[in-house]
Amino acid sequence: MNIFWVFLLLSILKVAVVLAIFLGAVAYTVLLERKLVGRIQNRWGPSRVGPFGLWQPMVDGLKLFLKEDMIPAGVYRPLYLAAPLIALGCALLSIAVVPFGAQNLNYHGVKFFEIADLNIGLLVLLGVTSISVYGIALAGWSSNNKYSLLGALRSSAQMVSYELALGLSLVGVVLRTGSFNLAEIVRVQSIHGALTWNLFGGGQFIAFFIYLTAAYAETNRAPFDLPEAETELTGGYHTEYSSMKFAMFFMAEYGNMITVGCVATLLFLGGWTSPWGHLLPEPQNIILQAILPLFWFVVKVFFFLFLYIWVRGTLPRFRYDQLMGYGWKYLVPVAMLNIVGTSLVMAVFP
Amino acid sequence: MHLVLFLIFAGFCLAGAVNLLLQTHPINSALSLIVVMSSLAVLYLLLGAEFLAIAQIIVYAGAVMVLFTFVVMLLNVGEEERTHGSYAAKIVGFPAIFTVFAVITTVVLEARHRLGGVKLSDGITKTEDLSKVLFRDMLLPFELTSVLILVAILGAVALARKEGHS
Repeated sequence: MNIFWVFLLLSILKVAVVLAIFLGAVAYTVLLERKLVGRIQNRWGPSRVGPFGLWQPMVDGLKLFLKEDMIPAGVYRPLYLAAPLIALGCALLSIAVVPFGAQNLNYHGVKFFEIADLNIGLLVLLGVTSISVYGIALAGWSSNNKYSLLGALRSSAQMVSYELALGLSLVGVVLRTGSFNLAEIVRVQSIHGALTWNLFGGGQFIAFFIYLTAAYAETNRAPFDLPEAETELTGGYHTEYSSMKFAMFFMAEYGNMITVGCVATLLFLGGWTSPWGHLLPEPQNIILQAILPLFWFVVKVFFFLFLYIWVRGTLPRFRYDQLMGYGWKYLVPVAMLNIVGTSLVMAVFP
Repeated sequence: MHLVLFLIFAGFCLAGAVNLLLQTHPINSALSLIVVMSSLAVLYLLLGAEFLAIAQIIVYAGAVMVLFTFVVMLLNVGEEERTHGSYAAKIVGFPAIFTVFAVITTVVLEARHRLGGVKLSDGITKTEDLSKVLFRDMLLPFELTSVLILVAILGAVALARKEGHS
């Protein structure tokens, strides 16, 4: 068979499988959040549908799907309809460059555990992040509603501000690796297991903190959820959306959470490699070789999702001026200092 | 394959540019400009300039155009009012556009012989190679450009500051 057709078929297969798993993960992250926040607030969370409430996401999905789809009279229709698609599209797009398993398993050079292997994978992630603000901005503007517009304005300003800190915090990692390729970034930091992870041995813990903070702001999650602050804006940019259109924004938000978890895992926690590095012998079984990296990757991403929910259940929301001040006066300068520091260390100890 | 992609995205690019002029609402024009920018990024990618392509997306489609839409949203600009345009502009304008276009085309075609060109589906220019050119061979022009941009930023801040506040 021609190599092009092999590539095309395998790519379609990978996209289908990854998309199915990703959407499933999105649905169950919602359940995880409701359960965990419930326990933090000393209650049970969803527990009626199925064992431990495990079928809750399915029922929620069905409910949202069957609800009446309201389109208010005053909206600007083309953009009102396009906005949820843009939001969800961007959320699904970035998972395409994420490598999530052993890279040596391939068929004629087409890797099994990564949809697209790009030299500039990290930059593509940043690019998709910078585009995804349009979904929210256009939703708020086209809804023709004061609360929505305020939410969208807040969101645009917040995302543009924190994008800077986000990008700058990653420069240290790129400096240490010398590449924008995500698989290469993982390879460089996984030489001695957890000791050489960028978070520990790489000395990028400041960058890690800045990345996480900025990423929370980028995904509009607590404590930076001002664009959808219920108490002030009745729901923010998605006030006028109902049914599946609302669900698409919801899925986009949780999808972005998972992507942030994946990227943080790849950049700072050694991706799919085990924390013990080469201390443990490499398994001989081909199935184990494929599954163990996936296991480590999922565990690390799960940790970040847990952290997201923990933060949401713990920290109060920022005030708007605090949000801007924190981003511009604190995170950006510290991120720049981190770049200078990392460069100095690399120059002195090459 | 490359040629098909080129035709598709060049078409998008031109359609976006024409739409930008024809739309009466500022936000539609801004969105058309985003289409133009993104299609240009794909054209860069087809020429193997991957860093340039993604920088185009991040800087223009991501940052600059977000500011555009932000301002349009903040001021809540309505539909623009069309005027018929002046008679003189029509008489002088079209020949002037034609002349400028002809001059640019001639210069580019002349320069092509001296500078050489790239073909679609040539290899990929690595970011390393690009940085070598920027920070070693072209260091002085690069730094001068950044100083120029800094001056422009300071100028914008100075102009935007209200009188009487220190």
